[in-house]
Amino acid sequence: MSGKIRLATVWLDGCSGCHMSVLDTDERLIELAQKMTVVWGPYVDHKEFPPDVDVTLVEGAVSSQEDLHKIRMVRERTRTLVSLGDCAVTGNVPAMRNPFGVDAVLQRAYLENATLDAQIPRETIPMLEARVRPVHEVVQVDVYVPGCPPSAELIYSVLSALVEGKEASPRARFG
Amino acid sequence: MKTPVRVKTLTIDGQEVGAREDQTILEVARENGIEIPTLCWLAGLSPVGACRLCLVEVRGVARLLPACVTRVEEGMEVTAHSERLAAYRRSILELLFAERNHVCSVCVSNGHCDLQAIAMKLDMTHVHFPYQYPRLPVDASHERFVIDHNRCILCTRCVRVCDEIEGAHTWDVIARGVECRVITDLNQPWGSSESCTGCGKCVQVCPTGALSEKGRSVAEMSKRRQFLPYLTLMREGRR
Repeated sequence: MSGKIRLATVWLDGCSGCHMSVLDTDERLIELAQKMTVVWGPYVDHKEFPPDVDVTLVEGAVSSQEDLHKIRMVRERTRTLVSLGDCAVTGNVPAMRNPFGVDAVLQRAYLENATLDAQIPRETIPMLEARVRPVHEVVQVDVYVPGCPPSAELIYSVLSALVEGKEASPRARFG
Repeated sequence: MKTPVRVKTLTIDGQEVGAREDQTILEVARENGIEIPTLCWLAGLSPVGACRLCLVEVRGVARLLPACVTRVEEGMEVTAHSERLAAYRRSILELLFAERNHVCSVCVSNGHCDLQAIAMKLDMTHVHFPYQYPRLPVDASHERFVIDHNRCILCTRCVRVCDEIEGAHTWDVIARGVECRVITDLNQPWGSSESCTGCGKCVQVCPTGALSEKGRSVAEMSKRRQFLPYLTLMREGRR
């Protein structure tokens, strides 16, 4: 390929705000698109996470068995793994369930607050892990991009470094 | 007759500085434009060395010393910035974040928080320690203020301002280690405190979103601390 890097984006337990913030780089996406190909993620319709990905942006914390499975597979197939946003970096809002425990959360959401046919789903949706964890507690992370969401400027600075094969060391506050 | 002021000379990060003998390393460093990070220290309150962010190396002393409570000495050679100190300071910050539930994005003090600001300043990229996720109470029993223990870093600024400036000593500290918490009166709901004057000084000096005014939503709680140096100045010599 024409020197373009292969970029994937992953959406774990997050609100999609980080993916939105990537789109907020606006016309700069055209410039970035000259240097990268998006091979997987919510932006594109590819079913299988491909091997040999240069950069993967991870939004969200690791909350469910599916998240766990997905992030391990993504790590194996990715050279530079980027924790994008506070959920991936710190656990953030998804991790606010941790002090209460998963049973209490399911009870509250599916039984106490349900008005019709109250039941805790056990099939077809992924089981929740006992604890929500930031990505780096599960797999090795190479770049940390803080923010809720990270600003488009910050994301642009990270992406424009990574597409050139340079190191990215973003500096911003949490929150 | 006034006793003459004795002057000590020392070096901080290789820079020669002069100091009054009653000054701390932190005071002298700041006078000379050398920035040492702090969280528990606040101008106008007595220093306690609680947060350990201001640890410095002193030549000939094996352990690290907190600059805020260490007096200057003649010929002292202080290192305020080194790779080792930077690593320790980052670890201290990470432990503070791991110890309680600091969720910046939904905190009343988001964008106005000393802890959040220092984490960025000292290049803390993430927390290497496993988060503890303790289950901690929020006390909203006071008419105008809230204490959220999830955000407390136990700097004791509230305890000191209440005791030293307001003179009420409503706040204090209970228990040790991970059980340690700030309390009002005899560990009772803030709203039932008989000593609290409702002045709000504790809220204004709190570095994080642990103490806030009621009715403030996410990122709305900025603190006003201008009163403190003024009050301290007006009281000098009257203690």
